[in-house]
Amino acid sequence: MNAHSSPTLWNRLVLWYHQMGSPPYFYAFAGRWRPWFIAATLITAVIGLYGGLLLAPADYQQGDAYRIIFIHVPCAWMSLFTYAFMAGCGLVGLVWRVKLAEILAMESAPIGAAFTFVTLVTGSLWGKPMWGAWWTWDARLTSELVLLFLYLGVIGLYHAFEDTRQGARAAAFLALIGVVNLPIVHYSVVWWNTLHQGTTVRLFGPSRITWSMLWPLLTMALSTHLYLGWSLLGRARVALLELEGGKDWARAIALKDAPHG
Amino acid sequence: MDKFLAMGGYAVYVWPAYAAFFVVFAADLIATAARRRRVLKELRARIARQSARRSP
Repeated sequence: MNAHSSPTLWNRLVLWYHQMGSPPYFYAFAGRWRPWFIAATLITAVIGLYGGLLLAPADYQQGDAYRIIFIHVPCAWMSLFTYAFMAGCGLVGLVWRVKLAEILAMESAPIGAAFTFVTLVTGSLWGKPMWGAWWTWDARLTSELVLLFLYLGVIGLYHAFEDTRQGARAAAFLALIGVVNLPIVHYSVVWWNTLHQGTTVRLFGPSRITWSMLWPLLTMALSTHLYLGWSLLGRARVALLELEGGKDWARAIALKDAPHG
Repeated sequence: MDKFLAMGGYAVYVWPAYAAFFVVFAADLIATAARRRRVLKELRARIARQSARRSP
């Protein structure tokens, strides 16, 4: 093997990892990618909502009330996905002290809280006509509410510290402890006898939902994932400017983006 | 169109759910845009203060 051959895939990955950890590099990278996330989110949302609200037939039991599923379930999935992402970034931040990982963890917390909040609100609006109650302390609903409190705890702890990075580390630690709640939310409908219905869409094995309802649901799931990218890239850019305000690269951007006059 | 808006009698549940969905994420984006403007404004003020101190 020639020791001076072109960089291996591993070398490139290491280089990419170090470049991404550099604030000005990530700022520019996020700026380039964000418009694509915006466009993809909007396009998939229009297709998914058209399919869900207009093309999909009414449910034989729930009539048109079931159409809340097209926002409720994607947001519920995202409430868990965003939490796992936040905890993963938090772990990288805690172990390797990567500034960008801390920022991504802390900036994904409000987005996850938003997904969780929308899940609870839309679930409540779905529960009233179907169960006759806005709220019930069943295992699925309660564990999802605990998830919201975990997000709020992470956000609150982060802002409780004078030093941003110290706050990020403390909040990342709390986020990691809260990971135990993720399987509880997911398996709550299996482990306990809940009023909330069981899993309809399954990754393995046949889903208990017809294709004309499934594809809009999956399209909305894709759209909400893309939204996380849209929102997170924008938030991370602002957080980097805030944290690196003393550095030349941030100052150059502030002066370049100055409004005329 | 009326039939679509009526949602089979469930309009009072379906449309507020969709409204909540859009309002929450719009608020998320607006909050970030406002924060970006504030951060850039503060940064420019800081630069102006420092350059004023250096060249009286």
